[in-house]
Amino acid sequence: MSQADASLPERYDVAIVGGGVVGCAMARRFTLEGARVVLLEKAVDILDGASKGNSAILHTGFDAPPSSLEQRCIAEGHAEFLEIRESLGLPLLQCSAIVAAWSEEEVARLEELMDQARANGVDDIVPLSAAEIRAAEPSLSGKVKGGFRVPREALMDPWSTPHAYLLQALANGAEVRRACEVTGGQFDGSSWLLETSTEVLRAHSVINCAGLFGDLLDQRLLGETGFSIKPRKGQFLVFDKAAAQLVSSIILPVPTEKTKGIVVCRTVFGNVLVGPTAEDQESRCDSSTDAATLKSLQGKAAEIVPGLAEIPVTASYAGLRPASEQKDYRIQAYPERNYVSVGGIRSTGLSAALGIARHVLGLHQGFGPRFTAPRQPRVPEVPSRLSEYDPRAWEEAGNGGIVCHCELVTRAEIERVLQGPLPPRSLSGLKRRTRVTMGRCQGFYCTGALARITEGAFDSPLAVRAAEGEDEDA
Amino acid sequence: MPEAPNLPDACDVAVVGGGPAGLAAATELKRHGVPRVVVLDREPAAGGIPRHCGHYPFGMREFHKVLRGPDYAGRLVARAEQAGAEIQTGVTVTDIQPGGILSLITPEGTGELQARRILLCTGVRETSRAARLIGGQRPQGVLPTGALQSLVYLEKMKPFARPVILGSELVSFSALMTCRHAGIAPQAMIEPNERVTARSFAQGLPKLLGVPVHLGCEIERIIGREQVEAVQLRDRKGRRWELACDGVLMTGRFTPEATLARMGHLELDLGTGGPRVDQDGRSSDPNVFVAGNLLRPVETAGWSWKEGLRVAQSLARDLEAPRAREVTLELQIQGDAIRYLVPQRVTLPLEEAALESIQLRVARPARGSLLIRSAGRILWGRRLSALPERRILLPLDVLKNAAPDHPVEVVFEEEEGL
Ligand SMILES: Cc1cc2nc3c(=O)[nH]c(=O)nc-3n(C[C@H](O)[C@H](O)[C@H](O)COP(=O)(O)OP(=O)(O)OC[C@H]3O[C@@H](n4cnc5c(N)ncnc54)[C@H](O)[C@@H]3O)c2cc1C
Ligand SMILES: Cc1cc2nc3c(=O)[nH]c(=O)nc-3n(C[C@H](O)[C@H](O)[C@H](O)COP(=O)(O)OP(=O)(O)OC[C@H]3O[C@@H](n4cnc5c(N)ncnc54)[C@H](O)[C@@H]3O)c2cc1C
Repeated sequence: MSQADASLPERYDVAIVGGGVVGCAMARRFTLEGARVVLLEKAVDILDGASKGNSAILHTGFDAPPSSLEQRCIAEGHAEFLEIRESLGLPLLQCSAIVAAWSEEEVARLEELMDQARANGVDDIVPLSAAEIRAAEPSLSGKVKGGFRVPREALMDPWSTPHAYLLQALANGAEVRRACEVTGGQFDGSSWLLETSTEVLRAHSVINCAGLFGDLLDQRLLGETGFSIKPRKGQFLVFDKAAAQLVSSIILPVPTEKTKGIVVCRTVFGNVLVGPTAEDQESRCDSSTDAATLKSLQGKAAEIVPGLAEIPVTASYAGLRPASEQKDYRIQAYPERNYVSVGGIRSTGLSAALGIARHVLGLHQGFGPRFTAPRQPRVPEVPSRLSEYDPRAWEEAGNGGIVCHCELVTRAEIERVLQGPLPPRSLSGLKRRTRVTMGRCQGFYCTGALARITEGAFDSPLAVRAAEGEDEDA
Repeated sequence: MPEAPNLPDACDVAVVGGGPAGLAAATELKRHGVPRVVVLDREPAAGGIPRHCGHYPFGMREFHKVLRGPDYAGRLVARAEQAGAEIQTGVTVTDIQPGGILSLITPEGTGELQARRILLCTGVRETSRAARLIGGQRPQGVLPTGALQSLVYLEKMKPFARPVILGSELVSFSALMTCRHAGIAPQAMIEPNERVTARSFAQGLPKLLGVPVHLGCEIERIIGREQVEAVQLRDRKGRRWELACDGVLMTGRFTPEATLARMGHLELDLGTGGPRVDQDGRSSDPNVFVAGNLLRPVETAGWSWKEGLRVAQSLARDLEAPRAREVTLELQIQGDAIRYLVPQRVTLPLEEAALESIQLRVARPARGSLLIRSAGRILWGRRLSALPERRILLPLDVLKNAAPDHPVEVVFEEEEGL
């Protein structure tokens, strides 16, 4: 560390490391409390880790370990999401979930699960007979044996949601640095000097929201950590939109010790999702799929909803859960070092993020300065509304025409996002913000136009202009 | 609902899709004196896939000339316009409903069109990587040929420099030629089957261009985080190896762009992936007709053009005086050697059929007897040895001898020892 660094003034109250859904919710919470916030993300875009691929269910926490921190954060996060979602323009498909038992052994476990739900404060569950389930879900396999309904489980937009949290933080003065990895840091007794891949900066406190790298970041900054990440992969298949006529509720299996199991549900984008698997692995970044598993998911899907056998697959992906060696969140404050580690946010982080942020704010108040909240927090502009179940941009005059025909994404939407406060720097970023190329043709029709519109916007462009003379006759 | 300003709200025939089939149909409908024929296409210009194909050969059947795709498309558009068809581009049809109602999106907003008849000519697209269930990471640079063509020919851009080509259908060779045209160097052609799918004249081509061909070989994984870095291949013996490349061309395995049918009320055929039709191209909704590649994957532009023309003739007759249909025969495929057939039903009498033959494709290489049976009686039969992706035509007129209340069975009786 140089002399200059040591005298660097404290520009931030809080440095949040990690731009997953948890980091984004954290940035929003602290900014709305009046803190000067900077969010540091090592990837070229936010949502590059665990938050990249999930089932997008807004959980109630009915099956969480009773009186766990996870259960509390889900309950609080769920409630706050319902309060703020309309002002942030966030969709929610309130379709409820059915926990379906497929064998007598599973039927035998339903009572215990319903008790657990009630113990978790989810007291509006409704037991269902096999006949009632079939009446509610006529396309479901007739082999279903019974179950219960969880009315407040719902479906979210997994990308617009964290984006909106961070956009609200930015609109109220927070800063974000992308392609900025925290490589080290020193705590001098009153504040942190953080070294990153691009700059050195000083902040009063550090909040570790590094997801799959949380334990490693603790090691880097504190020299110790209270948990170790055990990445657990989940693969998914996405079916074409015609499938949405076949499923209404979220169809959950009876969960096992290790996993919530294979879910069949719609997405807010109008597709049907089947997954995830639960596969323990060493790698913290390899979210690749494999053909054998995808094939078995396709079979599993048709077992649950036979009509899916006739519907084409439009996408497949995998996500990595930042699970740890224990079955709860691993959130720990280090008050004497102005540091909070938010680890092990395994399979419910999208639902719980707002609750986690409130919990961490509480911990921070134990050692941090008091902030003065702005009186009228700003609400960011909604860049795009992507839910198939709400009005879309193509319905507006002046939409500029459709660019992506499968997902009906307009030129105006793409331009708005490219010129917005958090522009994507890669195709995957643009996909998450607008859904371009996410449909059934996977670029057959729109790649040409898209390459032209995004020229100059991406670090690695979709295509480059052919050099002069290369365009001669073959 | 804001109304799009320059769109009509009613017409006699709404043609959805302005490719060879749709343009041929619109031209023919005008020649038959149908007053208001509107062609709707979501692209900025009509012409369909050929507009993206800066290569030969197009136009022999239609113009008795070998043309490049864009020139061919331009001529078809000019003909349709001269004949008096109204061509509306930048218009996406999002829904069709019984009674001839179409929902539209235009840059000015949404709209609705009421048509006496609808003709669907929305063509085919290639099967995506996801639908093929290919595993691995999800970098950019994995494209269908359609995307490559529009980049290279319309935008004068290139997405990669050293891709591998998956598939060996005709379109795969078109991809090879397009690469060459753009100064892109394919690293290999990969074909899961033991032989090249396209007709033999294409087989010498990769060798000629110095591109290795791996037969009986699959892409197991795609490797690369941002851009493709390699593919992992696996052959029949289970041998695995990595091949460095910066892109993957997912060629062929065409599937009809049948979204309007799938999301709407039309019966779909699982074999073709397109709407079920009779010999006039009429779907399960008597006001909705189908022509071109949407009927089945995949034919040449000339073939699709001819179908557009013929279906338009049936449609024009139907507008004048809907034909009384006494007997409907369902055509059923027996066994798994046949992948699909078109039409899937016929309505008697058979005179003036738009689809003059039963079109059929096999699912795998097969040798034996292809038979048409009705109520246990053989109406027609032929011995043949067939390969996938090759056009096989069966006579339609033998069905006039079919038993009226039995399904017609089409069966490929295979011989051992292929
Ligand atoms: C298969 C699957 C299904 C799921 N289904 C659901 C569901 O239905 N509902 C639900 O609520 N939740 C679900 N989840 C859980 C949810 O996705 C996760 O809990 C959540 O994404 C965790 O977010 P995070 O912010 O903690 O971690 P991440 O998203 O991993 O964010 C951490 C970020 O920190 C960055 N980072 C790491 N190290 C550094 C460094 N040194 N410097 C700078 N940046 C760094 C990373 O690049 C990353 O972007 C699911 C998860 C999976 C995998
Ligand atoms: C890469 C490639 C190379 C080829 N090379 C040759 C060749 O050399 N010679 C040859 O004879 N054939 C070739 N073909 C085949 C040829 O292109 C097709 O046979 C022909 O285009 C089929 O015509 P069509 O009218 O059925 O459909 P298309 O040409 O596909 O036209 C369909 C039209 O429908 C429009 N459309 C679709 N959905 C909607 C909607 N919802 N609303 C509004 N509009 C819609 C599309 O924009 C499109 O313009 C090639 C095909 C490909 C993909």
